[in-house]
Amino acid sequence: MAEASYPDDLRYHPEHDWARIEGDTAVFGVTWFAQDALGEVVFFDPPGLGTEVAKDSTYAEVESVKAVSDVYAPLSGEITEVNEQAKDKPELINTDPYGEGWMVKVELSDPSEAAALLDAESYKKLLDS
Amino acid sequence: MEAGALKRTPLYDAHVEAGAKLVDFSGWEMPVEYAGIRSEHEEVRTGCGVFDVSHMGEVESEGPGAGELLQRLLTNDISELEVGAAIYSCVCREDAGVLDDVFTYRLADKHFLTVTNASNHDKVLAWFERHAGDFDARVSDHLESYAMLAVQGPKAREVVGSLAQGELPARHRIADMNLGTGDALVCGTGYTGEDGVEVLVPPDEAAALWEQLVLAGATPAGLGARDTLRMEVNYCLYGNELSEERTPIEAALDWALVDGSGFIGEERCAEQMREGTEELLAPFVIDGEGIARQGNPVKLGDEAVGEVTSGTLSPSLGKGIGMAYVRTDLAEPGTEVEIDVRGRRRAARIGKRPLYKPAG
Repeated sequence: MAEASYPDDLRYHPEHDWARIEGDTAVFGVTWFAQDALGEVVFFDPPGLGTEVAKDSTYAEVESVKAVSDVYAPLSGEITEVNEQAKDKPELINTDPYGEGWMVKVELSDPSEAAALLDAESYKKLLDS
Repeated sequence: MEAGALKRTPLYDAHVEAGAKLVDFSGWEMPVEYAGIRSEHEEVRTGCGVFDVSHMGEVESEGPGAGELLQRLLTNDISELEVGAAIYSCVCREDAGVLDDVFTYRLADKHFLTVTNASNHDKVLAWFERHAGDFDARVSDHLESYAMLAVQGPKAREVVGSLAQGELPARHRIADMNLGTGDALVCGTGYTGEDGVEVLVPPDEAAALWEQLVLAGATPAGLGARDTLRMEVNYCLYGNELSEERTPIEAALDWALVDGSGFIGEERCAEQMREGTEELLAPFVIDGEGIARQGNPVKLGDEAVGEVTSGTLSPSLGKGIGMAYVRTDLAEPGTEVEIDVRGRRRAARIGKRPLYKPAG
């Protein structure tokens, strides 16, 4: 997507990752800013199912022609689903970072961690600062 | 560095208008990409791309001893350089460490123009000035006198030719021409492996020339594509393959020096040519998954045998490629090594230059 956007229904991590929280589960991905900074994504390397991820730690790599970048977990939990389509078509991370370009689905180990994440307004302020 | 502190080329507004993503490159706010690195790369390989390379510096050397000065400062043989011709050289220290790699144009018998890398311009200018006193020559800084546009690709000559009166200069030749926007120095040089020209114009002419080139069919291309293009044909980038810690011999640039021409650093180069070097720069290809990057270790079993200087996904080959300094006995095409890419071993083999051969 060509224009920057930061949906209000997501929670954001300062390392440019988002979480869509539904009860005890959440979907993770990277923000418009992250994919724009990276350029065309050519490689997405997610962890295997069942992997434990820890909030603020890296869990995946995305790679563009010019650089490789770590993806940070906005929350802690266990990977229950990986976006296989984004592995085959990593450009989805550029074209639809909040939709078809999602990365993993996680069973949250401590949903209360979400209190530390930013809302869209705060994240946009962080980007402007 | 603060965005406000970055230098801008005369084409800054044109880049913003074309939707460029701008980055800090050696203190300059430069376009890294417009539509995307891969499509720009493809355009240069099959059509015509135009790059703003106005961040590059220019140093002119003039006077009765200018030829002798450059014979001393440049690794290539300047005494053989005809008026109207261009030549690639390194500039070396006494110990042959590379200060810069440059193109030099002979504008007149006693008048030369040397194009420097942005990051090295001040250093090279000071080096030239320091040695000019030993010869009857004047050295002057022309960084501000020129904007530089590189027009590259199999259709580049057709595009530039449509704006020109008369014939464009052949490869490694130069010509003063008018491309419809005023005076221009047109040079048959480039950094992509494709045919094309580089054009030096006064800064106030640059925006008009850029516009004319785009109207004539050139696609704006950024430094990102410039990097992937040069990697596919294994051209060195200062700061990656070249540094003061490396010599032209280690960088496999022996073709750009003439033993016996009297250049600074010659003795060390001659010694290395005689006795060999511990490491040599070599291109590599990763046939499977993985993209190596600068700094990744090269391994043979558990032994560290080198380090990657540049790496990318090759848009033309669809594979991870790059260059690395490796132990000299391993620098032969076909040699199998491994590259440690962020903790994962990737099988790589040393390739033959150029890794990609332009169709032209």
